[in-house]
Amino acid sequence: MDEFVNLKATELRLGLPGTNNVCEERVSCNSNNNKRALQADAENETETSPPRKTQIVGWPPVRSYRKNNVQTKKNESDGESQGIYVKVSMDGAPYLRKIDLSCYKGYSDLLKALELMFEFSVGEYSERDGYKGSDFVPTYEDKDGDWMLIGDVPWEMFECNCKRLRIMKGSEAKCLGSGV
Amino acid sequence: MAEEEDLSEMANDVERHLKLDPPKPSPPPPCPSHVLENVLENVLKFLTSRRDRNAVSLVSRSWHHVEAQTRFEVFIGNCYSLSPARLTRRFTRVRSLFLKGKPRFADFNLMPPDWGAQFAPWVAATARAYPWLEKVSLKRMFVSDDDLALLAVSFPGFKELVLLCCEGFGTSGVAVVANKCRQLKVLDLIESEVTDDEVDWISCFPEGETHLESLSFDCVESPINFKALEGLVVRSPCLKKLRTNRFVSLEELHTLMVRAPQLTSLGTGSFSSSTHDGAQGEQEPDYASAFRACRSLVCLSGFRELTAEYLPAISPVCANLTSLNFSYANISPDVFKPIIRNCHNIRALDSICDEGLQAVAETCKELRELRIFPFDPSEDSEGPVSGLGLQAISEGCKKLESILYFCQRMTNVAVTAMSENCPQLTVFRLCIMGRHRPDHVTGKPMDDGFGAIVKNCKKLTRLAVSGLLTDQAFSLIGEYGKLIRTLSVAFAGDSDMGLRYILEGCPKLEKLEIRDSPFGDVGLRSGMHRYNDMRFVWMSSCRLSRGACRDIAHTLPSVVVEAFGSDDDDDDDDEDDNADYVETLYMYRSLDGPRKDAPKFVTIL
Repeated sequence: MDEFVNLKATELRLGLPGTNNVCEERVSCNSNNNKRALQADAENETETSPPRKTQIVGWPPVRSYRKNNVQTKKNESDGESQGIYVKVSMDGAPYLRKIDLSCYKGYSDLLKALELMFEFSVGEYSERDGYKGSDFVPTYEDKDGDWMLIGDVPWEMFECNCKRLRIMKGSEAKCLGSGV
Repeated sequence: MAEEEDLSEMANDVERHLKLDPPKPSPPPPCPSHVLENVLENVLKFLTSRRDRNAVSLVSRSWHHVEAQTRFEVFIGNCYSLSPARLTRRFTRVRSLFLKGKPRFADFNLMPPDWGAQFAPWVAATARAYPWLEKVSLKRMFVSDDDLALLAVSFPGFKELVLLCCEGFGTSGVAVVANKCRQLKVLDLIESEVTDDEVDWISCFPEGETHLESLSFDCVESPINFKALEGLVVRSPCLKKLRTNRFVSLEELHTLMVRAPQLTSLGTGSFSSSTHDGAQGEQEPDYASAFRACRSLVCLSGFRELTAEYLPAISPVCANLTSLNFSYANISPDVFKPIIRNCHNIRALDSICDEGLQAVAETCKELRELRIFPFDPSEDSEGPVSGLGLQAISEGCKKLESILYFCQRMTNVAVTAMSENCPQLTVFRLCIMGRHRPDHVTGKPMDDGFGAIVKNCKKLTRLAVSGLLTDQAFSLIGEYGKLIRTLSVAFAGDSDMGLRYILEGCPKLEKLEIRDSPFGDVGLRSGMHRYNDMRFVWMSSCRLSRGACRDIAHTLPSVVVEAFGSDDDDDDDDEDDNADYVETLYMYRSLDGPRKDAPKFVTIL
């Protein structure tokens, strides 16, 4: 059990600036993963550590009023993360679509879905050169209003920052797509 | 809020004193006694402190009488410690009443519903005895709509109603108060459960100028009529405190602020924009400008559905803030830190952001009260290494007096550091959410840390302990915690000795609440000499037997001993063991014996 505890201690999620960006603080995303991990570990250590896990009444001692509030917010933020609806436009298409980003596990998932939806295909992605081999380049508008190439940043960061998607086509796309 | 001796203790003292040492007959005084009484009355009117008044009332019968005539504010720490009749008999000129009902552990579902603490008998008695009553404050009481209605019609000069952690009423009751109490200055509904009766209570305030100074309804979980609220604010020129609920959007808040720039305390409601895509077409209100215009704003709370991008709007007031409550805000460190770095004058901070504590420590040198709540209030959730946060605070905020801190794990070093750096601490409440968790670096119990707290914090009056603790911790508490009045224990200790140390060592102990700790009959009996002088003792899921509890009840007739289970299925009389085991013991001193309104599941021994 000590081993387990110390492992967590060396994870060093300290309260110092710069180490975590906003998105990693989305506990609703992270805590689920960690919870699963913790439970798995906990099962291994039941022999040595005091019994826990069974939900004890009134513990931790947080008033239900406050718990419900956090719960509401969590559910709402879960709602948000379950429903990060963003507009998707495709150059030349008559109307836009809307998709729920939280339905996708990552970029490949997302791109596959977009390809199906708009019947196109993106090229091969590389960090250096962007998307090669296609007229179409998937981009998104971030919180600062800039148009960014999809795929550069970690998925969670993308989920947080993405305001809308745009599948660029043609010459504009070429500029953006070819590693500028 | 400082806990002071309550009515029953003082009354107890009086009864004992007068029985043991009746005033001696003396030669007739040179001047008529009623003149002396008059003089005394005029002098005593200046005494406001409860402690002073309690002392005064013990001098002699006539002083006792005059003191009772001139006591306008009465505080009753346990509504069952005396009957309403006794209150009205002794004090005849009460203008303000503060009543506390259920014990604190009721907040955590450890008490079955319908246990009691009803306001009804009190409002009935005071309606008859004190028609001039102006102020009622209730904490953890059951208040019905009928009670509120009776209050509203019985006291024509009624000015202030404060309901803290109460339940049993709804918006219809609030509406009656709003409508009938024409002199109302304060209507504060705080952390109470208010049923949504779908009544537009805001519209029930009478037309014309109001006397409202404080209106708090952030706990009301139902939409309000915003137009009516705006109208109310406009015609309330004295309004200083306004705490809205989460159904008030940022745009609406802006409107209110523009109407009431004189506010000193603002509950910001949702703090999110009602139009999800931000300004579309319409120009967004200038929130920063509205905040800037509120030059007297010193207290901010709310932020129930915080949209972080709007938070910088509060920057103009940050330097003036003395109190900030972010504890309902889903706030990340990146958003929290730049804000807190402007709050040099903060004295009270509530937050869930324990990662921002370094910034707090660096900036908030005037901090007196800190409460850090868990974002995820469950035992096994992941969380940052909180010992560092606590250490940082202790090094930066040396004037700290009161702290409530939730964390997953802690170290003795961090707790000891706080004890050394913050000598002004009067309240230290540490909740290590992982039950029985030792120091996560050394693996040792948390005895040393809490021991350091009681040793070094010489002004400590309130302590809550957690984590893995042996009897040694309680030995230290008993040895050094000489000023402790309130002690909360959960999942701690090894044996009855733990309880003995506390009961034999802490002379000022008034409120003791214990759960899930291995304390049994021997420990309970060791406190026999103390229970008359304490307000209450709560012990749940410990190792108590009915026999021991009965012994207490028989030995101490002025202590009411209640036993009940946390579930209603107490009818398990099949096994003798179960019948003898006391799941929950709640005992308290009372001048008027056991209450008559105890529900079936409560056994009064």
